[in-house]
Amino acid sequence: MKKIRTLAIALAAALAVPAWADDSIWKWAISLERSKEARPVSLPRYADECGSCHYAYPPGLLPEASWRKLLAPQALPDHFGENIEMKEAERTELLDYAARNAADHSLTKRSRKIVASLGEQPAPLRISEIAYIRRKHQKIPEAQIKGNPKVKSLAMCDACHTQASAGDLDDHSVVIPGYGRWRW
Amino acid sequence: MGNRRFARIALLLLLLLACLAPAAQAEADFGNLYRLYSQAGGRDFNPGRGKDFWLKERAGESGEPMNCASCHGADLRKQGRHNKSGKPIEPMAPSVNKDRYTDVEKVEKWFLRNCKQVLRRECTAQEKGDVLRYLSQS
Repeated sequence: MKKIRTLAIALAAALAVPAWADDSIWKWAISLERSKEARPVSLPRYADECGSCHYAYPPGLLPEASWRKLLAPQALPDHFGENIEMKEAERTELLDYAARNAADHSLTKRSRKIVASLGEQPAPLRISEIAYIRRKHQKIPEAQIKGNPKVKSLAMCDACHTQASAGDLDDHSVVIPGYGRWRW
Repeated sequence: MGNRRFARIALLLLLLLACLAPAAQAEADFGNLYRLYSQAGGRDFNPGRGKDFWLKERAGESGEPMNCASCHGADLRKQGRHNKSGKPIEPMAPSVNKDRYTDVEKVEKWFLRNCKQVLRRECTAQEKGDVLRYLSQS
């Protein structure tokens, strides 16, 4: 009996402590979502449609309000300078999926950190504008990202994150083109 | 007895067919596309005109000249590279890329996007048919 009680207390502590500072602590505590990375892309049409031009960003890297702006009908003809017009049914399918899995509807560590760092910018259009993402990359010299012709910008996740297509953006799998494996 | 045996063989055959079916791949469907663009007013699609259209230099956003090959590459049988993102674009030649021209909606989607991007207007049915005639020979 004593053993079970100790176990229960230990379990409760393990659940609660890492999320202490988070206001979504109770949602998080009862959630089964325990992964570190944002949910990997699971909709083939999303992977195809977005991935035919750029890394198909897992929706959990931006809040819903961002996805609503990015995939609004009037936003499609000028998507960062590119025309990405598509049929209405396709647009709503992609937007529904992105909104459902957006950072503010996901309790993975990355998504929670992203939402917590948004602050005065509740709906950024670029992942590279998110404070958490910028902080995570601030020690990397500019020459290795912006000045690197094989990377060009912080938006090119999969240029260095070798497991990005599986949704893994951990620093252990980073290889910067021309510079090699990233070491802290 | 004979009936049962027949049923068993029929079932086996069906199973075999079911296994083979997904292996059948969609093929490039130029006929369908030409029909579509003829109905929309195009006629006598010509590969030479298509090639001229493909290679015609047009003013890009910042004034620099660009044409279809700027992103799709000079050799239709090789990968191209998007002029801004640097993302590889699979070859346009149906002889090396079996996935091209198999889906009419996809062809239409990219004509719409790329024409508006580069020409700042939609392409005509004539232009699309001519270009396809040119690409189909690669």
